[in-house]
Amino acid sequence: MKTFGGPVLFLDRSDINTDEIIPAKYLTEITKEDLKPYILEDLKLPGFDPKGPKTRNARVVISRANFGCGSSREHAPWVFEVNGITAVIAESFARIFRQNMFNCGMAAIELPKEDLDLIFSHAGDEDAAMSIDIEAGTLTMSGNGKQKTFSFDISPFDKALVLAGGWVDYADKNY
Amino acid sequence: MGKTTAEKIFETHLVDEPFPGTKVLRLDVVLCHEITTPIAIDDLIRRDKDRVFDPSKIKAVIDHVTPSKDTKTATQAKILRDWAHRHAIKDFFDVGANGVCHALFPEKGFIRPGNTVIMGDSHTCTHGAFGAFAAGIGTTDLEVGILKGVCAFREPKTIKFNVTGSLPKGVYAKDVILHIIGQIGVNGATDRVMEFHGPVVGAMSMESRMTLCNMAIEAGGTSGICMPDMTTVEYLWPFISSEFASKEAALAEYSRWCSDKDARFEKTIEIDVTNLQPTVTFGYKPDQVKPVSEIAGEPVDQVYIGSCTNGRLEDLRIAAGILKGKKIAPNVRGILSPATPKVYQEAMHEGLIDIFMEAGFCVTNPTCGACLGMSNGVLAEGEVCASTTNRNFMGRMGKGGMVHLMSPATSAATAIEGKIADPRKYL
Repeated sequence: MKTFGGPVLFLDRSDINTDEIIPAKYLTEITKEDLKPYILEDLKLPGFDPKGPKTRNARVVISRANFGCGSSREHAPWVFEVNGITAVIAESFARIFRQNMFNCGMAAIELPKEDLDLIFSHAGDEDAAMSIDIEAGTLTMSGNGKQKTFSFDISPFDKALVLAGGWVDYADKNY
Repeated sequence: MGKTTAEKIFETHLVDEPFPGTKVLRLDVVLCHEITTPIAIDDLIRRDKDRVFDPSKIKAVIDHVTPSKDTKTATQAKILRDWAHRHAIKDFFDVGANGVCHALFPEKGFIRPGNTVIMGDSHTCTHGAFGAFAAGIGTTDLEVGILKGVCAFREPKTIKFNVTGSLPKGVYAKDVILHIIGQIGVNGATDRVMEFHGPVVGAMSMESRMTLCNMAIEAGGTSGICMPDMTTVEYLWPFISSEFASKEAALAEYSRWCSDKDARFEKTIEIDVTNLQPTVTFGYKPDQVKPVSEIAGEPVDQVYIGSCTNGRLEDLRIAAGILKGKKIAPNVRGILSPATPKVYQEAMHEGLIDIFMEAGFCVTNPTCGACLGMSNGVLAEGEVCASTTNRNFMGRMGKGGMVHLMSPATSAATAIEGKIADPRKYL
């Protein structure tokens, strides 16, 4: 099982698409590691620098509704994975992106907007970080001396994929 | 209680329900291309599991960048090619026989009503036009599909779109689906099947139905689905005539996949197209749409006609009908990419290619290239493209470029004027 939690990267917009996460021109790379420099390269958000320290240090991405819409490219979860990001927390996900995350043994966690609003209130905190307990279904947001715990729900199947380390290992064992 | 098409397909293909709500389905068709398959192949090799569940159910094509443009794309093509040969996958389409996957595979008769279809490509929803459950998936799902012939899904609910009225002149399936996406939004059908019903869909060709289903994913939909009918049977007849005594027999067999009259839909959305205008996107999301009258006059640098959405013969006929005897504006680059070799050849025989070339279009080989900014028509920073493709994300056709999605007719009119134009005055 992968490890989850650490410094967070806030991406405060809905409908962040897979072309913004990893542009198509890099889909010609044959190894996942080669995708690493291109993370979120085409995403334009005020104050966001795809090459900055916040991106580089992030272990968790926090965003809004319909995260990962667009292409089926698993390069989107992969570019997160090779940059050390193993969880994305959002109000909702596009189906293929969400499944790709769990299929890779990573986590795509949905939270209600009210919870996300509270989490986004830490967006200015230099020490903003999140711990995630997949088994317990809880995550704790901390920053600027404050912390708050939220509970989340992922399906039993998605949890099984995280515990198995991904769908290939799970399917190989079961089918 | 009756069932929807997706419910019937899930019921008949169910292998396992490991947890409530998660259904593992047996796959009828696994489609592959050279962008998302090579990493699955590499991983299977690394795991010492370089096998395929059934080579006759796997179809593969090199389509995204073809002929290869550099060493990396040549390597991707080679990995797919070597794998197809190694596993005796006979339905493999290489340079000379290759075309855009979602146009090529239906043209070969590979997709049948009631099928389960996956591909590592989001526009796999196109194949639901045949009454199939067809879903785009990622490389890991593809890898398991190749190895085991199964895929896991949350069973989707179905939204019914009842498309009524009559399509005005100059308004096509592309306008209908852009309008629908504009109505429900880019996540209006997430985890849902979009079933297209009504007399307007019933009167559509298979090509138009594929255009409709192709863009289901742009509303977040898992699959678009049209009800199999005599139009479906006629399209498939060259491939199925030995299986059935008559077209009526085929229709009777395929009709069982239609949603029952008393099927339960999550909701039904009525779409009356009688007053629909040609529809064009204006922003960076496919749900940002306007009637052409509100956006006409916006300048463009390039017009692209092609792709899995609108690169079929019907699309080329419509565009050529507008371009015939005319020249495209001097400020515009026109690019036509017929979606398959068959489309290309038939367009040539019908004289359509002459019309495009005399108008000033460049005609490329069949490929996905320009649609996702990989080859054959990439935009420069700040450039604008009028395009028959399916995605207008920022930078989609080239970093810093903008895309207006529209029908082949609107694209052709736009090419003539060098700015977004209403096709109806040319009809």
